[in-house]
Amino acid sequence: MELQIDPGIVERCRELAASIVEPVGAFIAGHSTVAVERSVLRLLGVDGVAADEVPIPNLIVDALSADDRARGVAIAFGKGLAETGLEPRALGEAIAAGTCRLADFADVPEAAARGALQPFVKASLEKIRGRRAEREEKMSRLPQLPPPLLYVIVASGNIYEDRTAAVAAVEAGAQIIAVIRSTGQSLLDFVPFGPTTEGFGGTYATQENFRIMREALDEISEREGRYVMLTNYASGLCMPEIASMAALERLDMLLNDSMYGILFRDINMKRTFIDQHFSRMLNAYSGIIINTGEDNYLTTADAVEQAPAVLASQFINEEFAHRAGMPDRQIGLGDAYEISPDLQDGFLYQVAQAQLTRQIFPEAPLKYMPPTKHMTGDIFKGHLIDAMFNLTSVMTRQTIHLCGMLTEAIHTPFLGDRALSIENAQYIMNTARHFGDEITFKPGGTIERRAQAVLSDAEALLRKVADMGLMNAIEAAVFADVSRAPDGGRGFDGVFERAEGYWNPFEEALRGGPSSPLRSAQDDTGGRSAQNDKK
Amino acid sequence: MSNVIKPYGDATNDGKVQLSFTLPIEWSEAADEAARQLVAKMGFTDVQVVEGRKIATGFSFFVVYGSTSQSIDFATIKAPSAKTHAMSMEEIDAFVQEKLGRKIRIAGACIGTDAHTVGIDAILNMKGYKGDYGLERYHSFETFNLGSQIAVDDFVKFAKDHAIDALLASQVVTQKGSDIKNFTALAELLEAERLRDRVVLICGGPRVTNLMASELGYDAGFGRGTVPSEVAAFVATTLAGRLTPGGK
Repeated sequence: MELQIDPGIVERCRELAASIVEPVGAFIAGHSTVAVERSVLRLLGVDGVAADEVPIPNLIVDALSADDRARGVAIAFGKGLAETGLEPRALGEAIAAGTCRLADFADVPEAAARGALQPFVKASLEKIRGRRAEREEKMSRLPQLPPPLLYVIVASGNIYEDRTAAVAAVEAGAQIIAVIRSTGQSLLDFVPFGPTTEGFGGTYATQENFRIMREALDEISEREGRYVMLTNYASGLCMPEIASMAALERLDMLLNDSMYGILFRDINMKRTFIDQHFSRMLNAYSGIIINTGEDNYLTTADAVEQAPAVLASQFINEEFAHRAGMPDRQIGLGDAYEISPDLQDGFLYQVAQAQLTRQIFPEAPLKYMPPTKHMTGDIFKGHLIDAMFNLTSVMTRQTIHLCGMLTEAIHTPFLGDRALSIENAQYIMNTARHFGDEITFKPGGTIERRAQAVLSDAEALLRKVADMGLMNAIEAAVFADVSRAPDGGRGFDGVFERAEGYWNPFEEALRGGPSSPLRSAQDDTGGRSAQNDKK
Repeated sequence: MSNVIKPYGDATNDGKVQLSFTLPIEWSEAADEAARQLVAKMGFTDVQVVEGRKIATGFSFFVVYGSTSQSIDFATIKAPSAKTHAMSMEEIDAFVQEKLGRKIRIAGACIGTDAHTVGIDAILNMKGYKGDYGLERYHSFETFNLGSQIAVDDFVKFAKDHAIDALLASQVVTQKGSDIKNFTALAELLEAERLRDRVVLICGGPRVTNLMASELGYDAGFGRGTVPSEVAAFVATTLAGRLTPGGK
């Protein structure tokens, strides 16, 4: 079941995506953000909260002078470590308690700072490598069911209720659990602390909540004999911090898009570009699969018209991810089943798009998202639409399958809703398991022509963006009809230029710099294969 | 004239109702019986547990049918609709031109932490919903779509700064009553700022009803399935009515 598409156009799309992302990459390299600096501290082991629940990483970064900040928090913090002889966490707590300030250590030589930091940088990277190795060991010992991997969300607001729901869903057949965040967390410029039991439309992402869910899923993985993956959200204002916490707590997937926050959450574009890059470097290293958010183009505008924008965004997301060292098999590009159920032959268009994505990104663990926009309170019809979505997914060999809920648009799923949803998917995917292998597309038929048209339109869109420049294109509302200014939106005050001598020890290590743990394990530095082919 | 009704299965007044629910017990024949007795306690007769099964350790799912002994007199039901003035886009544009002689300034937002703009976009975006154009396409409306996660304070300030005639507040997330809290906060702040009587205040969302809206102090509420012209007609006729002495 293959569509005839012109590989020349696909190649040109990739070249255009590279020319779109290249200048943004140059900008990223000259800048950092408060979230990147806070994640450096988190990776070093700084954690906890000070008075008024202010996370200690925020407290430390916010207290830096503009000059110190421009050289990266690592140098100032390293000086503190060198002078006090404390471990990072203890130094953070001492600063929070007011017993010392980083400004007190300004005179400590920089070499001492670097020296004092190195063992902790090394230990942190070792810990992340250990987490990755744990995952690999479990995955080989506890094999997953064949894809599409059934992915369900839990979202009660209470991490302990979420745990109950997650375990029940795994018993029913779920392979991936995503803990939806409390609505609005993407706009918080800090990560909340500790276990949480109150949230709206979801549960706060905190390191302790990650730990609680990871432990529960590890236990049920052993019992079921298959490894269950855990997902959260590295999006919003704390992308790299969430990526750090996820690396340390062995999450397996993170929602992470290069443009979603800009367009749909009005987060500053410079902030987002810088944050997504560092978070993806971490994801690459920790073996985390990202899920991109192209479904949002389809839910906020007409799904038939937006198909080329989805494909164009997939090419851009792929390029940004490659530049951060991610291999194809960690890039879960998104698509969704959102065409109106009233449209005649809408199913044909859905199949065209899903198959087109599969062929263009053959190694990517594609993330296929269920109908939401056209779901109403009619749970019976909703269950049917979900069934067609399930059929499309298994036919076109999607990898990550977010199960649609019959109660979508009514409430966050009940325990029973999830069970019905998983049964729906299991039935369809079993009864039609090899359907895609048995059929061919009619040459020049509706499906093939639709796929070809979407591909051509995506190329035209990418060309337009390449001509304008990505930031200008976003300002001109080329994506999703939303206009965002380069210096507008949330979080812009947390973006700063790197001064001469800026140092981020983790970035240096992950890039394959002098202290890189990747150096020995790879032939080329950086680039699209990075550390990834050694598995 | 009373009109007493019961649910209709396949015969008048048979009272047939279908229920489905989960109980936190392991499935067994006793679990089926527990489900049956629970539904009987709800007042249903002729209860049949047509499906009962394990869905997870310690959880069972049931589908149950029963007949209700309850009935309702439909003649006593009052739930006024805000969708009383059916007009097309062209008719609304002409109506506003004639009665107001200027554009209506309308602002919409998903208030509080709600990030789901699907409802507000369906009403405001040019594209519209179900083939009914959105308010951005009307000549008679100047539209401001503030998008998602707009704090109530900011929404009110925007209304004040931009001399807004009509406010559309949308809430999709209803968990723990967050929608009611946000709607209430908006109505109260408008009162406190002495703006309430100067604007047409409307709420919308899949769980919103016009009855609920009036209880919260809104001029109207629009629920699932609402098309833009219904909202536009309500705003236009309400504003026009306020210009008429004694009208509101």
